[in-house]
Amino acid sequence: MKQEYTITVYTENHIGLLVRIATIFSRRKINIESLNTSPSEAEGIHRFTIVIVETEEVVRKLARQIEKQVEVLKAYYNNNEEIIWQELALYKVPTAQIAEKVKVERLLREHGARAVVIRNDYVVFETVGHREETDRLVQVLAPYGLIEFVRSARVAIIKESRGFHEKLREFEQAEPMGELIENEFLNQQKEIFSM
Amino acid sequence: MAIATATQVSNPLPQADIANITGSKALLEALIAEGVETIFGYPGGAIMPIYDALYDYHDQLKHILVRHEQGGIHAAQGFARSSGKVGVVFATSGPGATNLVTGLADAMIDSTPVVAITGQVYAHLLGTDAFQETDVINITSPVTKWNYQITDAAEIPAVLAKAFYIARSGRPGPVLIDITKNAQLQLFAYSGYQKCNHIRSYRPKPIIRKEYIEEAANLINAAEKPFVIFGQGVILGNAEKEFTNFIEKGGLPAAWTILGLSALPTDHPLNMGMLGMHGNYGPNVLTNDCDVLIAVGMRFDDRVTGRLDKYAKQAKVIHLDIDPSEIDKNVKATVGVWGDCKETLPLLTQLIESKSRTAWIQRFKDHDAEENKEVIFAELHPDTPVMTMGEVIRNLNEISGGDAIIVTDVGQHQMVTCRYARFNQSNSNITSGGLGTMGFALPAAIGAKFGAPERTVVAIIGDGGVQMTLQELGTILQTEVNVKILILNNHFLGMVRQWQQLFHDKRYSFVDIASPDYVKLAEAYGIAAASIESRDQLNDALSKMYHHDRSYLLEVNVGKENNVFPMVPQGCSVSEIRLK
Repeated sequence: MKQEYTITVYTENHIGLLVRIATIFSRRKINIESLNTSPSEAEGIHRFTIVIVETEEVVRKLARQIEKQVEVLKAYYNNNEEIIWQELALYKVPTAQIAEKVKVERLLREHGARAVVIRNDYVVFETVGHREETDRLVQVLAPYGLIEFVRSARVAIIKESRGFHEKLREFEQAEPMGELIENEFLNQQKEIFSM
Repeated sequence: MAIATATQVSNPLPQADIANITGSKALLEALIAEGVETIFGYPGGAIMPIYDALYDYHDQLKHILVRHEQGGIHAAQGFARSSGKVGVVFATSGPGATNLVTGLADAMIDSTPVVAITGQVYAHLLGTDAFQETDVINITSPVTKWNYQITDAAEIPAVLAKAFYIARSGRPGPVLIDITKNAQLQLFAYSGYQKCNHIRSYRPKPIIRKEYIEEAANLINAAEKPFVIFGQGVILGNAEKEFTNFIEKGGLPAAWTILGLSALPTDHPLNMGMLGMHGNYGPNVLTNDCDVLIAVGMRFDDRVTGRLDKYAKQAKVIHLDIDPSEIDKNVKATVGVWGDCKETLPLLTQLIESKSRTAWIQRFKDHDAEENKEVIFAELHPDTPVMTMGEVIRNLNEISGGDAIIVTDVGQHQMVTCRYARFNQSNSNITSGGLGTMGFALPAAIGAKFGAPERTVVAIIGDGGVQMTLQELGTILQTEVNVKILILNNHFLGMVRQWQQLFHDKRYSFVDIASPDYVKLAEAYGIAAASIESRDQLNDALSKMYHHDRSYLLEVNVGKENNVFPMVPQGCSVSEIRLK
């Protein structure tokens, strides 16, 4: 069954890695719904957050292809139940409309929007939330002359994760030793992907 | 003593060892430190500083001037495959670099360790559409294991160390290093070369888990009809001995993919032959009859598996591979044994019971007898007036005794050669398997000879493929490298013609290919040559070619519309293999 999966990739900061990761999807004609790069909890380690809609089997194979890249330390994948996620959205609305129509003000308040910039000609609001929530606000604002709308990529925290610090120390060992278990996924395929 | 002390005081740091050298020189020092002796390449504008530096290194680094960059990289591949070392190729920016792409893709899919060095325009010109500028990093990303652009000479030693480490470790593959011209010219403080043996984000070998070895051994011990299929992983892991011990102890019949060919001698009693589309009858049919299928260092290519949903469904599958992404990729493994088979096979061998399995092996022999009756005998001992490719290979076997390195191109001759050529030792079969690159054989054979100068190298090529990289005859002319070129000329693009005959109502669409006079052509390049058409000339002609003290080209005109059988038609299961 296809569903949303969030792939979290811990990487070195390397020019060209984005292309290598992107082509793993494009080569297989898989659309990336959302892609975010940011620093991670571990110093010097970058974190890609990629959202796709696919079956678990395909996602597992993609994660292994991603991990195969030299600069990738680890790729995890999770369904929506296993993560906490947010997206940020910005809405530019004509100031006149907001000033004149009480209803707009109420809508913005109901959707938890916060004013970021207020000018004579327009106001920029932001919301943070899931895609359905931001989409709903776009729909209700549309009749009131929404000038611009933009939504960020998803950022996500893995509920079960204990962070990457410990893992990074393992990776830094010159000769990984026997006790280190790398392909534990074989025991717990349902849980966080790991290899 | 006083002087020494004074020196130490004035030089408290070991800066005496640090010299200012150019990036180009640092590159060549890196190659020497990595044990490189032979480079294939072609100069051009953006790589001129490296070639200038090379001028002073001619006694340490042998540079082979090819006639086209594609020839250069295929030669580097042939070198790597015959020697087991990393092949090195130089090319300039722009067209020089783009001409490498086919070879990089070929090396990627066939796991061949190659380091390609390309020149690039000055760093300040990057992205300006400068003369001979192409974005080679992005062009080659999908077809390299790793690539990197150097814009500062100080990066050269560490990046080259990484390049060689990545190319040869784990599952090997091609690495491309693009060096801007300013970095080649730039002087920097060089403090020596240090080999790389660890990159924190890169795991060349997965960690071996004993419990999976145990599970695999239990499956094998409980099996009535276990069947081993093996690929190039055995050769790349130098695990031929470990592999032989494994199958001998378990009494396990084994069949090979075309890249695994030569890992197990042809005569070995457990060698059951070739897998896949044009493989042997028994291995294909019994894949769908075995109860445990043990795949060693192979990746279940579609040409091996045929239709996947009808592939070995009855069997429990054990898959040994160094590349975790291969396990479960095409065929779901019951037990995935991650690791280098050089290490995993002995662990597995320890745990399996010693058995002979005569009755099971007899099943392979029975199928073999049928294939022999239906296909092989007529191919090797034809009573037709025209020669068959198979009889040419049979004659060659008698002359070589199985000791030659055989390089094949792509098509019918490749399948026939892989089916019938004899091999006594490993690293002897060089072919373009995964990518199916026509034009591969001639340059790869040149490289193979440089990689194994003590051995006889025979390139077996069709009349289509040979015309794709003919220009490399010039490389033979200039270097006087001793390569035997055996052209099996059926005056067709034979494999495509076979498919058109079988699946497209004999509508022969652009497969009728004319050839030049190969003898005259070879003579123009100073290469002795002959062309034969009748069977009574065959043995003498092959013998003359084989024992000639220099390069030799022999054209053998074979039957025009002969087909390669057996065959698993596309979309069919391996057990639906056709004998005719």
